[in-house]
Amino acid sequence: MLKVEHLSVSFGGIQAVRDVTFSVPDGEIVTLIGANGAGKSTTLRTIIGIQKPKSGSVKFHDEELVGLPINEIVRRGITLVPEGRHVFPDMTVQENLKIGAYMRKDSLTDDLHWVYDLFPRLKERSWQAAGTLSGGEQQMLAVGRALMAKPKVIMMDEPSLGLAPLIVKGIFDIIKEINRQGVTVLLIEQNANMALRTAHMGYVLETGRITMSGPGKELLVNEEVKKAYLG
Amino acid sequence: MSVAYFLQQLLNGLSLGGAYALIAIGYTMVYGILRMINFAHGDVFMMSAYFAIYAVAVMPWYVALPVVVISTIILGVVIERVAYKPLRAAPRMSVMISAIGVAYLLENLANYLFTAMPKSYPQIDILKRVYSFADGAVTVSRVTLLAPILTIILAVALVQLINHTKLGMAMRACAKDQDTARIMGIQVDTIVTMTFIIGCGLAAIGSILYFTDRSTVQPYSGSLPGLKCFVAAVLGGIGSIPGAVIGGFIVGICQIAITAAGYSVFSDAFTFVLLIIILLARPSGLLGEKATDKV
Repeated sequence: MLKVEHLSVSFGGIQAVRDVTFSVPDGEIVTLIGANGAGKSTTLRTIIGIQKPKSGSVKFHDEELVGLPINEIVRRGITLVPEGRHVFPDMTVQENLKIGAYMRKDSLTDDLHWVYDLFPRLKERSWQAAGTLSGGEQQMLAVGRALMAKPKVIMMDEPSLGLAPLIVKGIFDIIKEINRQGVTVLLIEQNANMALRTAHMGYVLETGRITMSGPGKELLVNEEVKKAYLG
Repeated sequence: MSVAYFLQQLLNGLSLGGAYALIAIGYTMVYGILRMINFAHGDVFMMSAYFAIYAVAVMPWYVALPVVVISTIILGVVIERVAYKPLRAAPRMSVMISAIGVAYLLENLANYLFTAMPKSYPQIDILKRVYSFADGAVTVSRVTLLAPILTIILAVALVQLINHTKLGMAMRACAKDQDTARIMGIQVDTIVTMTFIIGCGLAAIGSILYFTDRSTVQPYSGSLPGLKCFVAAVLGGIGSIPGAVIGGFIVGICQIAITAAGYSVFSDAFTFVLLIIILLARPSGLLGEKATDKV
C-alpha cells in the first residue's frame, strides 16, 4: 500500500498541492484526474522524490519515503513514466530498456522478454534509435523502461497525451494487462473517461485539493464529474 | 624540404596532437554532461606538471607517474565539488564564470607556491630514450612515438566504456536528459564526478606526454595549450569524444606544420583563426551532435 497523507507541496511561490490524502492499495489501479495545473504531476513528482513536500508524508508499506533520494525510492519499487515520455532519443530501444533497470544488479534477460512480449513492436525495433519511433511507440518504450525496474508500483503521468484514439486504447489495454500481472498502477490523466473506466479507484484533483473520490465506475456516472471532465 | 624533415615534423605534430587530444577529451566530456566549458582544465593540466616535478623528485618514476595522475584527479574532483557543484541549479553562464575564476586562482596559486620562474620538468629516462632513423636525419624520443599511440588506445577504450558499459550508459543518459536519468535511479552527481575523474586523469597523462618533450613548466604553461585544446574540442564537435581526438590531432599537426614552415609567430594566431572559421562555417564542429529528438 502506497499512502499519501496530508501532502502539501509548493514551489515558485505557488502552492501546487494542498493537504492531499489518498492511498493506492497493492494490486489496484488508482487514478488522479483533473485539469491542467491541478497538481497531479506535482503529486507524482513528490512521491518519486524529485520535488520536496512542504509537509505531509508518503509511506510505502509503512516506510516513509519523504526525504529519501530518488534512487532509494526507485530501489524500493516505485517508478515513474514521465509526462512527455522522455525516452533517450540517441539510445537504441534496447538500451532504453536496460537503463530502466539501472538500479538492478541481477540478470535482465527474463524481463527483456517480458517487456518484448507486452510490446512486440519494441522487439521489432530493438536496435533502432528511440528518437526515430512514433509517439505511440515512444510511450510504449517509456512504459517498458519503467517496467524494467521490476516495480511494485508504476506511476504514469498522462500516458495518453498527444496520441491517436486507437493508440490510446492500446495503451490502456497494456495498463490493465500489467496490472493483471501484479503491478500496482497510479495513473494520472486528463482523459478522464478512459482513466475512470480502467481504474479501481479515482480521485478528482482541483487546484491542488482532492474534491471527490470513489470507485472509478461511480465517478464515471457522477453528475459533477460528467459536467467538468467528461463533457 | 627533405623527406626526413617532413617525417620529423609529422612525428612532432602527431605527438603534440596526441597530448592535445587527451586534454580536449576533458573539455568535451564535461561539456557533454554539464553544458559548460571548464576553462580551468588547462590550468589543471599545468598543476599536473608541477605535481610531476615534486613526485619524480622523491620517488621512482613508476610510482611517481600514477601518483601524478591520482593527484590531478583529486584536484579536478575538488574543483568540481567546491566551484561547480554548488552552482548546479544556477544558469550555465555562472558556472562558466566560476571556471574562469578557478583558472586564475590556479595560475596565481602556482605563482605563489612554485614562483614564476620556469622549473625544469623531470626527465624520465625511459620516456626520453632517443631513436634515430635515416642516419640521424630523423630523431625522436620514445615519448614522441608513444603519445599518439597511447592517445588512440585511451580514446578507443573510453569510447568502448561509454558505449558498452553501464557507467557509460548512465553518462550518455545524463548528457541527454538529467531529469529523466534521475528517475531511472541514476545519481547525477556521481556521474559528474566520474566525468571529472576521467577528464582529469587523461589531462594528467596528456601533461606527462606534453611536458616531457618540452622540459620546462611555469604557472602560465597551461593557459595557452588549454585554449588550443578547447578549440580542438570545438573543431571536432563539442560533446563528441572522437571529435575531440580528431580536433586535437588537427590542431597539433597544424601548429607544428606552421612552425616548420617558418611562420612560428603565427602558429598561435592560426588556432584562433581556426576557431572563428569553425564558429562561422560549422558551429557544430566536424562530428558535433545533431538533434534527432522527436516528440
